[in-house]
Amino acid sequence: MSTPAPTDRLSRQEVAHLARLARLAVTDEELDLFAGQLDVILRAVARVREVTGEDVPPTTHAVPMTNVMRPDVVRPSLPRDVVLSQAPAAEGDRFRVPRILGEEA
Amino acid sequence: MSIDGGGAATGRPSTGGDLTTLDVATLTEVLHKGEAGAVDVTRSYLDRITAEDPRLAAYLYVDSETAIATATAVDEARARGEELGPLAGVPIALKDVVVTAGIPTTSGSRILEGWHPPYDATLAARLKAAGTVLLGKTNMDEFAMGSSTESSAYGPSRNPWDHDRIPGGSSGGSSAAVAGFLAPWAIGTDTGGSIRQPAAVTGLVGHKPTYGSVSRYGLIAFSSSLDQAGPMARTVLDAALLHEAIGGHDPCDSTSIDAPLPPLAECARRGADGDLSGVRVGVVRELGGEGHRDGYEDGVLARFAEAVALLESLGAEVREVSCPAFDLALPAYYLIAPSEASSNLARFDGVRYGIRIGDDGAHDLDEVMALTRERGFGAEVKRRIILGTYALSSGYYEAYYGQAQKVRTLIGRDFAAAFGGADGTGLDVLVSPTTPTVAFPLGARVDDPIAMYAADLCTLPASLAGVPAISVPCGLADGLPVGLQIMAPALADDRCYRVAAAVEAAQDAARGHRLLEPLAARAVGPEHTP
Repeated sequence: MSTPAPTDRLSRQEVAHLARLARLAVTDEELDLFAGQLDVILRAVARVREVTGEDVPPTTHAVPMTNVMRPDVVRPSLPRDVVLSQAPAAEGDRFRVPRILGEEA
Repeated sequence: MSIDGGGAATGRPSTGGDLTTLDVATLTEVLHKGEAGAVDVTRSYLDRITAEDPRLAAYLYVDSETAIATATAVDEARARGEELGPLAGVPIALKDVVVTAGIPTTSGSRILEGWHPPYDATLAARLKAAGTVLLGKTNMDEFAMGSSTESSAYGPSRNPWDHDRIPGGSSGGSSAAVAGFLAPWAIGTDTGGSIRQPAAVTGLVGHKPTYGSVSRYGLIAFSSSLDQAGPMARTVLDAALLHEAIGGHDPCDSTSIDAPLPPLAECARRGADGDLSGVRVGVVRELGGEGHRDGYEDGVLARFAEAVALLESLGAEVREVSCPAFDLALPAYYLIAPSEASSNLARFDGVRYGIRIGDDGAHDLDEVMALTRERGFGAEVKRRIILGTYALSSGYYEAYYGQAQKVRTLIGRDFAAAFGGADGTGLDVLVSPTTPTVAFPLGARVDDPIAMYAADLCTLPASLAGVPAISVPCGLADGLPVGLQIMAPALADDRCYRVAAAVEAAQDAARGHRLLEPLAARAVGPEHTP
């Protein structure tokens, strides 16, 4: 269950894995370029670990806000035809998506 | 001849009556009195865009027909004696991150090429309702990730002061347009400095409002906890007028602050009187002070020192202040912003809008997404998505993103300590250079992300803390503009405008003309040679 401590290094293999997770079909040339650059960037930003004190809570948002509500009033949505006209592919009243299931499914 | 910054009737241009050289405060009076029509003004700008934009590449999209039609409607309404708002007929340019109904919006990316948004951003709707005339959409670094416009999928914009240099970024199309006199003012957005840095390197005024002061509804999201839209203008008063036109609560943005804006234009006018007696100014040591000058150019530090001396001569009480956590702002920002971006940009999946690549029946959904994003995103966007994906991944989250959020807390504490509590001893504003260097040459940093990120060194603390900060010109170094940054507590944007206006008025008076005036003259007419 333990994850190895961060080494602040990114290998070409790790970058390829991350690109897959992020749905980026990066090329070999990009992998070569990014791996080197990201390794340098990661080492630079790792300085955030200089902060140690336990009394430092994280800030997620500069302006503290919780449960912002608006009146529960029904309002018209955008017209369907206008929205679908901007989709890469539409069929009937819906977005048409690429094949989701594999051949054998 | 100097131009009156107060918008009085005497504030006419010295460049032969060209309407494009008027500041907006003056322009609104000219329009109101009927000395020129909205169509005249709009046509002047469109002519100048036709002549100059092939060189500056400030705009991604210009719609002359619609602009003239809008301006015509304003002139007709005025002729009918209708009551018009003060900004009716004033042209404006919007950064292409702002969605505009029916008008192409790309955020500088291929992935949105050809997209016509089905709605207006709140700030676009407010500007439309105010009767402003949209000239077009300005270039930007892709998804606002960059400091030079060089990451735009559509090529870089150029700095009107020197066409071989960057106009700053990410709102570099807006800065090039306004400093190049291709728009009287423009909207920019600022996540880590993207309004202030381009304003600084082109000699403009640029203000990043308090986070939540201007609605984010309809801004294509980069880093949601940091993104904020704001004004870019040729004068402090114009910036204040534009901020007032777009600011205020919006129920469509849950992070929008439900409180009235302070009187910004009024404070800009008061500031121009030049009396800063009793204003307590802190000079941040970590932003160019003793022991923190690596990467800062001598010329920038010299202009900054003069600006500080000027503040003192105007009556301000100046003292140095230390904000130690500011040293970690850059590492924290370059974890937080990519992390939020990797999540925000997941919406570009080739299903609902934008381009789709590889949907030939042979590729499944995941493959089509990956091919679409590979083709649609540029290198900087990919780098940040990958870095953000890493920083948010299980097991590393605490070590990177969690730690960055702690830095954010410490930066907020440094600001709070400097501004002080209710005991009346705290500082009213903090100042620093806006950027460590003047505009650098195009291409100089594109292959070195860390060097590019360093352009944001001074602007990041205010972004991370959500406090307002303005950049106002404070002279030239090597013939290129230098910016003074003025930061204030959250919701005290009025202080930024007041102090900036005092600096602007004093420097304009000493110089005998506005900083941009040489550019106004240089850019007139299609015959000019660089």
